[in-house]
Amino acid sequence: MIDLDDVDRAILRALALEAGVSAGELGRRFGISQPAAWRRVRRLEEAGVLAGVQVDVDRAALGFGVTVFLGVKLATKGRVSLEDFERAVTAIPEVQVVQHVLGLFDYRLRVVARDIADFERVLRRRIMTLPGVGNVEANVLLTEERRPGPLG
Amino acid sequence: MQLDDTDRRVLRHYLAEPALARADLAERAGVTAATLWRRLERLRDAGLIRAERARVDWRRLGYEVEVSLRFTLDKTDPRAFDDFIAAAREVPEVVAIETFLGRVDVRLNVIARDMGHYQEVYRQRILGLPHIAEVDALMLIATIKDAEALPL
Repeated sequence: MIDLDDVDRAILRALALEAGVSAGELGRRFGISQPAAWRRVRRLEEAGVLAGVQVDVDRAALGFGVTVFLGVKLATKGRVSLEDFERAVTAIPEVQVVQHVLGLFDYRLRVVARDIADFERVLRRRIMTLPGVGNVEANVLLTEERRPGPLG
Repeated sequence: MQLDDTDRRVLRHYLAEPALARADLAERAGVTAATLWRRLERLRDAGLIRAERARVDWRRLGYEVEVSLRFTLDKTDPRAFDDFIAAAREVPEVVAIETFLGRVDVRLNVIARDMGHYQEVYRQRILGLPHIAEVDALMLIATIKDAEALPL
């Protein structure tokens, strides 16, 4: 596990808000040279702490006005059925996120749709027909907020 | 802003792999580098692309436990949502806050170093949040798919 100092944490916070900030700009903000900032970013990338880029888009303006989180309980269990379910569910283009969880449900899915009617189509034709699917609970996303987390 | 086929193609490839070099992205989308740059710039100016954020892998920083906590709030108090969210923002281990229409009112994504630390955060910080009527937990076992791609 990698050890972070205050400057590393500040760099992570800055990049988590805006991935494109240059090493020169990071250096100016946090009082270190550009090469030093660049080396720190490289070290965070190599340690896998910086794990790629996430794009924040206005889904509604792009025509996807509805985001729904589904809790899915499988009707039948066992390793084979998990693999069948996972293979089928990840292939659905409207399903952005698939998480295997422990609790009230077996899976958490984030589903995007153009509107509620489109969501109903996805739910009926794509989700309810998945292999092994049992109980499904839907919650429509209203707002989302990412937090900086424990970075000081 | 009206999207044409080229915009949609550019967006589809960009959202599938946002960190890809712009020249490779242009090739995949079948446009010149200049066109790609111009289209992305236009999408940014129109606010359809809001930001590119670095993804932080909390596991690599020693946070092995991730739990999705789902709350029903006591909505007899009109300030329930605001109070709850303001208090949740003060908990450093909370990395995401989402509100919903459905059985669940609010969801918090909580990370912890291990089960002992999770227990401490849950008992000392989470259960003290205001206006909780019900809470259930989904513990993350594995993320099978996590994409921003839209079925454009």
